[in-house]
Amino acid sequence: MPILLWLEQDNLRPTFPFMKNFGAYLLFLGSLFRRGESPKILFKRTIDEAILIGIDSIFIVAVVSTFIGAVTCVQISYNLTSALIPKSTIGFMVREMTVLEMAPTITSIVLAGKVGSNIAGGLGTMKITEQVDALEVMGINSTSYLVLPKIIASILVFPMLVIIAMFLSILGGYVAGTLTDTLTGQEYITGLRTAFIPYNITFALIKSVVFAFLISSISSYKGYFTTGGALEVGESSTKAVTSSVIALLIADYVCAQVLL
Amino acid sequence: MIEIHNIHKSFNGKKVLDGISGVFESGKMNMLLGASGTGKSVLLKCIVGLVKPDVGSITYDGRVFTNNKLDIRQEIRRKIGMLFQGSALFDSMNVNENVEFPLKMLTDMDRAERIERVEFCLKRVGLENAGKLMPSELSGGMKKRVGIARAIAPHCTYLFCDEPNSGLDPLTAIKIDELIKEITEEYDITTIVVTHDMNSVLEYGDKVMFMYQGKKLWEGQSSEIMDTKVRELNDFIFSNRLMRDAKKVEQIEEDERQEEERQSNE
Repeated sequence: MPILLWLEQDNLRPTFPFMKNFGAYLLFLGSLFRRGESPKILFKRTIDEAILIGIDSIFIVAVVSTFIGAVTCVQISYNLTSALIPKSTIGFMVREMTVLEMAPTITSIVLAGKVGSNIAGGLGTMKITEQVDALEVMGINSTSYLVLPKIIASILVFPMLVIIAMFLSILGGYVAGTLTDTLTGQEYITGLRTAFIPYNITFALIKSVVFAFLISSISSYKGYFTTGGALEVGESSTKAVTSSVIALLIADYVCAQVLL
Repeated sequence: MIEIHNIHKSFNGKKVLDGISGVFESGKMNMLLGASGTGKSVLLKCIVGLVKPDVGSITYDGRVFTNNKLDIRQEIRRKIGMLFQGSALFDSMNVNENVEFPLKMLTDMDRAERIERVEFCLKRVGLENAGKLMPSELSGGMKKRVGIARAIAPHCTYLFCDEPNSGLDPLTAIKIDELIKEITEEYDITTIVVTHDMNSVLEYGDKVMFMYQGKKLWEGQSSEIMDTKVRELNDFIFSNRLMRDAKKVEQIEEDERQEEERQSNE
């Protein structure tokens, strides 16, 4: 694979390392679509990856989102001291914060840590133990075989996890609010149903797709170009998480600016 | 048969391969010999297409590999089997799945045919009962055997071995060398073995190419290697005490034979 060989042999050495990395990342993405595997293999690999990325992440997403909803509810009620503001506002604010920001962004940051490091570590280990070379020698496009299914699976699974996170976060707020007598269940539900804008859900799901793509592709890129030994695999995982989170937060701002 | 012509390769301005040419014949064990860091593995990677040479050409049975169309390169690659230094077995698959993998990806065989072929290949390398084991459960020698089984499963025409007996005890190393030799002759495969093990070269090698600082310094039959006058090759061979002793014994035997001949002539 000439482009990847060219990249690996460090032919891109401009003045700014960021430009080098960004250019290499774009070329890496381009290589995903060269001599791809058959749709049957791609489908099977994508399902396998979706199980690894999705099913295995449900627990952590559930725990994090439930508590974030609960904390959001408690903190909003703490700040709303005016008797003129109805209690149902708490439910309204929990919903807006959850749908617009908490569920897609916090869930994706959590997944960047879990899924991103897993992808980078797995690919990095395959790279240093010559398993990637073994695929290439067989005439299999290693990026198309290993990376493309991870990206497609992430794009499919992240929105589902975000929907679960939205539901559990709002539920967490309800439980925290009613158990502490901050507000009644009726007030919370009234707040949830106030001035609901369906587009916000669409916006959150679009964001989750963007985040899924960024996390899976950046982590794959960091893992795929690992050289050295076990220490470097660890470094690649760390870089994958930090780079993914930074890219995710920039994309979060851009999405809010462009789509809202 | 594989032919390489004038292969040059540099990394960050440092020359690793400097104009290497040669012919690797089919049905023979072609040994790439040299000390660590002389460019043997890089040359092997150039030949299989994992590293692109800066200059030079590689042909497989008359078909140009370097800079040819992707389809043709892919077609040639599908005839290549490679045994990596660390075996490079896929961690997430068991032994059966590892050997079946190239059949699944590269051939049109149905499941029954694939299973039959996997069983045959594992039996051929003496691992018929290890199919369900994971790579982490295998010893170094077993990993190499699985690597060989995976390489030969899709009926490869060219076999490349990167230090096949590194990290193995002498007895297992001999068994792996024997297996590679048998397979090479049995299936008339063009085999290239990167090694710095003189025992492998002398016992199992047919043709030897000695590399030194990225250049080819010597090429010939393995039977001729002990009589070479190339200083670097002599230094390499006789750096080992056993080899020095073997040479002395050979010299004594030769002297005795000449003495007997002289006496019988008188």
